[in-house]
Amino acid sequence: MTEERLIISRKTNNKFFLMIAIGVVLLIAGIIIAALGGGAEHAEGHGEAAAAGHEAVSWTKRLYVNLWLNNVYFTGIALVGVFFVAVQYVAYAGWSVLIKRIPEALGYYLPIGGAVMLIVFLLGGHDIFHWTHEYLYDVNDERYDPIIAGKAPFLNFWFFLIRMIAYFVLWILFFNWLRRNSINEDLHGGTSYYHKSIRISAMFLVVFGVTSSLSAWDWVLSIDTHWFSTMFGWYVFASWWVSGLAAITLTVIILKQNGYLKMVNANHLHDLGKFVFAFSIFWTYIWFSQFMLIWYANIPEESIYYIERLGGNDGHYKWIFFTNLIVNFAFPFLVLMTRDAKRQMIMLKIVTIAILAGHWLDFYLMMMPGTLRTGAGIGFIEIGTTLVFLGVFLLTFTKGLAKASLVPVNHPFVEESVHHHV
Amino acid sequence: MTKKFVLGIYDDEDVLLQAIENVRAAGTNIYEVFSPYPVHGIDDVLGIKRSRLPIVAFFCGLFGTSFALWMQIWMLGFDWPMIIGGKPHISLPAFIPVTFELTVLCAAFGMVITFFIVTKLKPSFKVNVFDKRSTDDKFVMAIEVKEGVTDMSALNNLLRTNGAIEVNEKEVSK
Repeated sequence: MTEERLIISRKTNNKFFLMIAIGVVLLIAGIIIAALGGGAEHAEGHGEAAAAGHEAVSWTKRLYVNLWLNNVYFTGIALVGVFFVAVQYVAYAGWSVLIKRIPEALGYYLPIGGAVMLIVFLLGGHDIFHWTHEYLYDVNDERYDPIIAGKAPFLNFWFFLIRMIAYFVLWILFFNWLRRNSINEDLHGGTSYYHKSIRISAMFLVVFGVTSSLSAWDWVLSIDTHWFSTMFGWYVFASWWVSGLAAITLTVIILKQNGYLKMVNANHLHDLGKFVFAFSIFWTYIWFSQFMLIWYANIPEESIYYIERLGGNDGHYKWIFFTNLIVNFAFPFLVLMTRDAKRQMIMLKIVTIAILAGHWLDFYLMMMPGTLRTGAGIGFIEIGTTLVFLGVFLLTFTKGLAKASLVPVNHPFVEESVHHHV
Repeated sequence: MTKKFVLGIYDDEDVLLQAIENVRAAGTNIYEVFSPYPVHGIDDVLGIKRSRLPIVAFFCGLFGTSFALWMQIWMLGFDWPMIIGGKPHISLPAFIPVTFELTVLCAAFGMVITFFIVTKLKPSFKVNVFDKRSTDDKFVMAIEVKEGVTDMSALNNLLRTNGAIEVNEKEVSK
């Protein structure tokens, strides 16, 4: 088995920097427009704007929420990379060995994700999370909120902060541990690294099971502080997982189209395609399970969540609500149904890009109604922030990918992966 | 009526796959290959086309979806309208679980029944075991003999040079 090194040319890196630069320019443009009076609809006068159903939102709030949205989204994809590798180890999987370095390198974003998460929370916590306001817990204040005050043992500044740091410390620890073993295996060979990786992965899966749910409650669910859903941890996990799988598949295809990963063939793509297909349905299953129970029971404190996303907020989110279902369920379901579609790069490419965009919208739909309400939109600030994050993510990801051989040469199952046949 | 077959017996999977390719390249039609277990890639070398069963599954599933939706809409919306939980008579979200189940049920049963019909598999189905060792540790390649057309010694030679450990003849009643 020969090593295969990824070379990131200066040109490619410049493209990523250009992406960040365009993002920053758009962001600044968006901020200036917002700061000068909330965009075009605001210029018509405040009364009219309010009548049109647009709430004035300060640009700082909109910026913080966008930073949070993108960071949660990209951190999730990075985390799913580590999770994917761990699952493959614990399952003694052979087929995925040739593509294993790609999910592995996704994890390089985790430290950046942690830093951004911490900074955004410390600076913009009040703008994103209603529960961070001190007065909600003060019985003598007229804005005292008994429901939120009841959640204080869990939802309080310090515990939240400690939890956030704990998740990232654990994730980064396990990521580095797995990655170090994987690289040492390349250098020294033998099966001891493999067996060790299985034990590390098993431990990580337990940690992941708890932290993925907890982080989903903390970072996404607590935005809608009064509302709760016992399915929510799963829902966010499903969204992260399918986006991560789409990111892995898309990277494999792009690398292959650029002449790398020569031993990866239609059989590996087929399995990745099955993963993407299956888990887009899994996401829908979770989505529907959450929706139907709330719709059926029709308890106001629960159904408010969907009212805000459908008829409420002046129907501001209605199109996203349905687009979400079409892009993330109907489209991959119908397009990836046949065997041939899963074995063709072009089909997989279209679907994975759609899923990545679709799940960004899914997170948008989870976060915006609870924070910006009718003041949300998809404008320069949103596109700019996303481009900046995408550029930074791709820079760290490709840099990590270039650090080691794309083929784990001394993995005990590499031969099995080369001859994979479905 | 009986048919005559030449059976090439193989004891190695890789030799068998190579032999199939060579025998087919020599212009000989292979009637069937018997194996104790599924062999990877044997469909390709035998030139067997992919099953069209998934297409059946799709249309059976589609039938299940439409049947379930029609049934529920007709029953709860027109035949015997009832107010359940204050919801409208025709409430799509409430119909989804049943629709899903019937889609899966129809697709699965449709596939199984189609499979039985296409393969003529029924309780009275008689299996011709050409060589009992194909259920244990040998691979058996069966080639139909056409009286007066098949050159027996050339066929024997072809199988042997391609690694057959035995070449037998067998008459099978149809």
